[in-house]
Amino acid sequence: MGSFKTKLMASPYIIWMAIFIIVPLCLVIGFAFTTKDGKFTIENIAITTEYVPVLLRSMWLAVISTAICLLLGFPLSFIISRLMPNKQGMLLTLLILPMWINFLLRTYAWMTLLESNGLINKFLGLFGIGPFDNMLNNQGAIVLGMVYNYLPFMILPLYSVMTKIDESVIEAAQDLGANYIKVIFKVVVPLSIQGIYTGVTMVFVPSISTFIISRMLGGGSNDLIGDIIEQQFLGNSYNPHLGSALALVLMVIVLLVMSLFNQFGNEENIAV
Amino acid sequence: MKKPFSKIYISLILMFLYIPIFVLIVFSFNVSKSRANWTGFTFDWYIKLFHNRQIMSALLNTVIVAIFSSVLATLLGTAAAVGIHFMKKAPKAIVMNITYIPIINPEIITGVSLMLLFRIFSDAFGFKFGFLSLILAHITFNVPYVIYSVMPKLRQMNPYLLEAARDLGCNERQAFFKVAVPEILPGIISGFLMALTFSIDDFVVSYFTSGTSVETLPITIAAMTRKKVSPEINALSAIIFIVVLGILIIKNIIDGKNAKKEAKNNRAVSF
Amino acid sequence: MKLKAFAACLALTGMIPALTANAFVEVSKDYDYKRFDEKGLTLNVANWGEYMSVNDDESLDVNSEFETLTGIKVNYKTYSTNEELYAKLMSGGADYDVIIPSDYMISRMIKEDMLQKLDFENIPNFSLIDKKFLNPTYDPTNEYSVPYMWGIVCIIYNTKMVSSKIDSWNALWDEKYKGNILMFNNPRDAFGIALIKNGFSLNTEDKSELQKAAQDLKEQKKIVQSYVMDEIFDKMEGGSAAIAPYYAGDAVTMMEENPDLSYCIPKEGTNRFVDAACIPVAAQHKEAAEMYINFLNEPEIAYANCTYIGYSTPNTAAYELLDDEIKNNPLQYPDDEYLQNKTEAFKDLSDETNEYTKQLWNEVKASSSNSWLLMMIFLILAVVLSIYINIRRAKKKKQDIF
Repeated sequence: MGSFKTKLMASPYIIWMAIFIIVPLCLVIGFAFTTKDGKFTIENIAITTEYVPVLLRSMWLAVISTAICLLLGFPLSFIISRLMPNKQGMLLTLLILPMWINFLLRTYAWMTLLESNGLINKFLGLFGIGPFDNMLNNQGAIVLGMVYNYLPFMILPLYSVMTKIDESVIEAAQDLGANYIKVIFKVVVPLSIQGIYTGVTMVFVPSISTFIISRMLGGGSNDLIGDIIEQQFLGNSYNPHLGSALALVLMVIVLLVMSLFNQFGNEENIAV
Repeated sequence: MKKPFSKIYISLILMFLYIPIFVLIVFSFNVSKSRANWTGFTFDWYIKLFHNRQIMSALLNTVIVAIFSSVLATLLGTAAAVGIHFMKKAPKAIVMNITYIPIINPEIITGVSLMLLFRIFSDAFGFKFGFLSLILAHITFNVPYVIYSVMPKLRQMNPYLLEAARDLGCNERQAFFKVAVPEILPGIISGFLMALTFSIDDFVVSYFTSGTSVETLPITIAAMTRKKVSPEINALSAIIFIVVLGILIIKNIIDGKNAKKEAKNNRAVSF
Repeated sequence: MKLKAFAACLALTGMIPALTANAFVEVSKDYDYKRFDEKGLTLNVANWGEYMSVNDDESLDVNSEFETLTGIKVNYKTYSTNEELYAKLMSGGADYDVIIPSDYMISRMIKEDMLQKLDFENIPNFSLIDKKFLNPTYDPTNEYSVPYMWGIVCIIYNTKMVSSKIDSWNALWDEKYKGNILMFNNPRDAFGIALIKNGFSLNTEDKSELQKAAQDLKEQKKIVQSYVMDEIFDKMEGGSAAIAPYYAGDAVTMMEENPDLSYCIPKEGTNRFVDAACIPVAAQHKEAAEMYINFLNEPEIAYANCTYIGYSTPNTAAYELLDDEIKNNPLQYPDDEYLQNKTEAFKDLSDETNEYTKQLWNEVKASSSNSWLLMMIFLILAVVLSIYINIRRAKKKKQDIF
């Protein structure tokens, strides 16, 4: 510690970054392009085309979940951001609190609720409604699980942006004759666009790559890309090379989506 | 916006978020192990919880891994943030972009890639999956959050502060610890808390990097959800829920008081 | 490495000691179980889920018995399919000392040099194993494995939801039970059923036969509620599914929990399996592992295990201890003639067939009921729309500038 240099303080981290971020990603790429014997091949990547339906299903469900989260989260965040500050704090606390219970347990509780002889059917049965047979083990249940787990990820960034919107801006718009819908779309949406992008990525990325929610709520017959990757490493069909190839494809998709949003994001930054 | 509509909307969303938790807690008092039928009220699961070796050791492992990884991640990340702050523009951009990778990458890819790395380690130097691999993995996904919460505080810091300290006779180390650290402390603390929370809650990365000898709580729970979740776990979640609820309520009350005080002071000033 | 040592110390000292200090079970006197006492050994044992008498109030806990007897700590883990165990061993993260795979997986592991030869000096209780389980096809020289349990695959169904009599695998393809059928979530067992149903051999290497089976499984997928392994206990006992194929022993356990459940041994015949204890090459405490295997074959322990999990024991001494009711139960102990004529064991298949089956299984699991063309159109529309918005915004900004 003789010569203390602030500039050198990042060096341990840079070494760390190289070993634990860059090397592992190179390994994924390396595994994706090699066979069991270490020879170069593009066969693994070629095989991933067989999983196009699964990939599409994952993207489809992720898009739907993200859209629902946005639809539910946007009005909620706006309502909260217009409340008294002490009420805002309380509601935010209430929204974050569920995240302190392990997400697997909360998802498991949904199984208890949705089953054909589960609590919802029992409850509805009291009024002579139902029973509904197919609430669990389908894609709808998976979407429900994703929305349930990731809704707070949408609400928090939206709220943190919306809380900065000055009430007087909205009042001004109203005074100038904008009706309620116009205020939302012409004032609130543009001003909170950064929060929307953050929220959308924070919901979309975990949704497209989840593997346990789909297993629990999808009944094993609606495997998503995450499930398939997991199976190649620790599950029924061991093949880390194919698994890496699939992981690579997933990574590329996520990066594409991100760059699409970054385009918006940067523009907004410049505008601000 | 119309008041009643807002209220109904908020309560509906909260209901959506809390119904499963309510179910969890209610079933921690159920006599039967079944999660479908209510057979009577009992406290037994709360007592059994503390005698369940698997759950207790998993809980302990979770705490050990979380504390080690978040403390180390905070040290590493704070140092890194300071170093990066003083870097030139181009290397700074490169490092920050790479730091961004673990944040945006799907967790499953972080997990799988680290698993491949540890596997190479184990082939090459007989490295064993377990506490060490878990802690290394957790540090890796935690450091970026620490860096991202310390960086803004550094940017807010007056750049001449450190120079002034040097001019007044501090050496570089003193200037750093006596002047810079107190300035960025809020960022360090919030980074540490974030790291701690992520580490406690992490399932995906741990699942791929824990090997077989060490299990954290989320992994134990995941294994249970494939068979039957023992009500002891429900009891544990109920306890965690109540404790966190308590902490948050107290924090809210204190915040509320502080806010009132500030408001009073402000008023006093404006008069 | 200090860090690791410290963490390990914390983990060990902090561990809550076993509270159940039951009275010792009786074990053979002339075997030295105390050899490793106070050496601080930890044995990593991996077994199928719900496949040993552990963590239950009513039955003895085999692992804590072993711990109190020998002073060796047992770290007990479960897996749900042979293939999953194989993946865990291959991925390098597993350091198991004792594993209990099934027949065909044992021969595959022997072939791939994943198992160690056992030292039978340390497993004297091997002499208790029934003669008909000696020199099995999966381990012809009896060097790598000690049989743990055996059984057959049967159909289990809920009599409240299934009114007609069931006697065939075809019931799992019956539209009447749409949305209430559970199916094996592992390729070997699932293909096995589809193959028997068509009258093919379980071990066929004929691609057209496998294709037919895959076709049937895809067909079945439309009416399957979910693909399960250990999840079946919850679903069948809770009455949320009507009919499922599963291992006989577990069927017995489920029927005890829920009296509405009943079973059938399909007329087409079925699969018979043996699961046996083995030691992987990476095991660190081989002798202690052998001690554990010997302990599993102590008559009282084997008896406790087989009565708790409901499977059939290959251990003659434990079999003698069973009630006549169990001994005569055709589900648990079918007669030799039936076993000879109507059942077939899995054999390890050629790599090519393994790969092919894996691929077909992936196809079955990936096949989707809803049209992916629609999803594709939707996604393309989404991309186009976002690009359009992007361009419009860019244009607008230009206008704003001017």
